[in-house]
Amino acid sequence: MADVGALNSADIASDAGTRDLVGPRGARPTRALSRRNIFLYGTLFVVAVYYLLPLYVMIVTSLKGMPEIRLGNVFSPPLEITFEPWVKAWATACTGLNCDGLSRGFWNSVRITVPSVILSIAIASLNGYALSLWRFKGANVFFTILIVGAFIPYQVMLYPIVIILREIGLYGSLSGLVLVHTIFGMPILTLLFRNYFSSVPEELFKAARVDGAGFWGIYFKIMLPMSLPIFVVALILQVTGIWNDFLFGVVYTRPETYPMTVQLNNIVNAVQGVKEYNVNMAATLLTGLVPLIVYFVSGKLFVRGIAAGAVKG
Amino acid sequence: MPQQSRPSQLFRNLHAKIAAIPMILTAAVVFAGGTLWTVVYSFTNSGLLPRLNFVGLAQYERLWSTPRWLVSIENLFIYGVGMLIFSLVIGFILAALLDQKIRFENTFRTIFLYPFALSFIVTGLVWQWILNPEFGIQGVVRGLGWESFSFNPLYSPDIVIYGILIAALWQSTGLVMCLMLAGLRGIDEEIWKAARVDGIPAWKTYLFVVIPMMRPVFITALVIIATGIVKVYDLVVAQTSGGPGISSEVPAKYVYDMMFSSQNLGQGFAASTMMLLSVLIVVIPWAYLEFGGKKRHG
Repeated sequence: MADVGALNSADIASDAGTRDLVGPRGARPTRALSRRNIFLYGTLFVVAVYYLLPLYVMIVTSLKGMPEIRLGNVFSPPLEITFEPWVKAWATACTGLNCDGLSRGFWNSVRITVPSVILSIAIASLNGYALSLWRFKGANVFFTILIVGAFIPYQVMLYPIVIILREIGLYGSLSGLVLVHTIFGMPILTLLFRNYFSSVPEELFKAARVDGAGFWGIYFKIMLPMSLPIFVVALILQVTGIWNDFLFGVVYTRPETYPMTVQLNNIVNAVQGVKEYNVNMAATLLTGLVPLIVYFVSGKLFVRGIAAGAVKG
Repeated sequence: MPQQSRPSQLFRNLHAKIAAIPMILTAAVVFAGGTLWTVVYSFTNSGLLPRLNFVGLAQYERLWSTPRWLVSIENLFIYGVGMLIFSLVIGFILAALLDQKIRFENTFRTIFLYPFALSFIVTGLVWQWILNPEFGIQGVVRGLGWESFSFNPLYSPDIVIYGILIAALWQSTGLVMCLMLAGLRGIDEEIWKAARVDGIPAWKTYLFVVIPMMRPVFITALVIIATGIVKVYDLVVAQTSGGPGISSEVPAKYVYDMMFSSQNLGQGFAASTMMLLSVLIVVIPWAYLEFGGKKRHG
């Protein structure tokens, strides 16, 4: 990875001096405009344009007025930039009878995501800690069920959870959805933390035990402070995952407590009324903004998160 | 684990057990219990409310004679095959291109992966707009002079599923690329040197040396894509709502509609059990291959 960084900063003048000291290490001062390079960068560039196109379309559409949209096409840049669609999407767009825009969905999503993320990470990190360092009899049986459970389509467990939530009086409430997110985040997060804590040197753990630290003492005083990176990875994984959820939101909440994704879908795919494409795209972009910011800020940690989640999952 | 003290067996590691209670409850009650519950109730004639009135395989017989379910299965099959082939091929090619010691690798990777951060709802809605027949790709090409140009997947029952496939590929090939890139980076540099010395062209080295070496990465990617395929739901809801007519329905949507809007729980349970079955067909052989040897001391 350090190699990649050096390659990328190669054109920064200040870097050049230090690089010269190390001397040329690679084997290949090839010509910049070889046929191979034109093909390589050309392909990558075309593909990159393709991947960026939808984002571009979202942005330009959300900045146009409706008359301009009816005249032009989706790719043409706005002649007259207007932020009205954004305001409307946020504050006055209608879903059914409510006309207070996406803002309600946004705050619902915040109220869902924050406690879900905290609760799921707290529980899963304790699970992982118990599974890696304090193994008890039968622990692996439950862990195996948990991991197998990660592959079961959610549809199979949708209705039993409706019953469970109804029995404990949380069906339709935000707390109920928080519980659902905690449950379904558990397999992947537990795995993540278990693998991480397993790599902690055992001497450290033994020394702490000799010094009289117990289960909670070791967790809070030793494991927690030294495993901040994995907590950040878990945080990224959960924030984007829970924010993007649609299925659980639509099943376990009521219209007043719909998360942003569900409300967005209701606004855009509303059957009645004239379609306002600019407002729709502004709303879509608003909903995608949170995970996009998380993605662009977290960079490499995001990749690590999905790799950690994916490779073993 | 050595265990000498007999009397305190239950209280050994008491705190660890307390901390693991949420996990135990989740695994036993929700995952194992819930799955079993659904499978059992799929043999009943539950309608609005679940009832234990067994009717044998009646729900399954009805399921497999419902046109909407058959369309769903056909769509899932096309979507699944398309997803598997294209995301593996595109993901691998992109990873191989990025692995050529190029400049701006991070920039390109960031661009290819960002759709993966977006939800399927956002993905579906954007592509619904881009594929809009009046203003989208079709409209643009017609505006350029090709009046007879036709590319309108979202309103053509025969090809609507390919319109969804395009959006899904845009969203998720970045992930496959990332996995493949990690796999390629794990290949020993010596292999490349040896291939170069022997004068083997690069594409041949990829095809006959590198790809076979990356078997575990391919299998992991395969399992991730496959489990994702069966779950596809939000994308269809956002992009087409199953339309036109029923031509882009998928099993997950069938389950949801049966359970929560048609008050036909039995059908929902039977359909979700079929989904479970299809996942098990993929996962069990994989788990057996990957963990079969280790299971013994587990």
